[in-house]
Amino acid sequence: MNDVNRNSSDWSENNIKNTVRLRYWSIAWVLSLALAAFGPRLIWDFDTGLTILGVVVTLTIGFGMILANKRYIDGLDELHRKIFLDAGAFSLGVGLVCGLGYELLEDIKLISFQPEISHLVLLMCLAFLVGMVRGQRKYQ
Amino acid sequence: MKNRLKVLRAERDWTQAQLAAELEVSRQTVNAIEKEKFDPSLQLAFKAARLFGMSIEEIFQDVGGD
Repeated sequence: MNDVNRNSSDWSENNIKNTVRLRYWSIAWVLSLALAAFGPRLIWDFDTGLTILGVVVTLTIGFGMILANKRYIDGLDELHRKIFLDAGAFSLGVGLVCGLGYELLEDIKLISFQPEISHLVLLMCLAFLVGMVRGQRKYQ
Repeated sequence: MKNRLKVLRAERDWTQAQLAAELEVSRQTVNAIEKEKFDPSLQLAFKAARLFGMSIEEIFQDVGGD
């Protein structure tokens, strides 16, 4: 019984560690992306070397975040993994259908502005959030 | 899939949180299985069977048609 309790405690602690690790990687990635986006204009006046370095750093941290996310998902229990998977699938579907539809609107001249990738990312994030909330409520 | 998890847990006077800790899952997962909203994997079913000292069939029953 003690072994089981210790393993359970390890499992919970690992989950917390994975969540905290993912949070730090996500914050680091957002900051590095902001630096790569605004640094050339506001800090180093489009110095090519520093701009390339900024992009390399954000990509490297981005891959770190992906690995942290994978570790986080691996550490979830099976119900939460299913909720995460369902929300991810919903988000991907919404992104694909609405993303291509959005681009089509510009091609067929129904909108006059250029579609922005950030709009699609925002929509996918919202769709993922809706999927997560729906999943949590379904299995409450 | 039907199951006797709630009954077996009550017989041992365990809370959902205690059972969840033993099975290394969240309390929400135990609750969803007890309410038959979620079917556990074979691995988790074996774990529950080992914990209660029973066979899987004594805890989980396939009602068919699902």
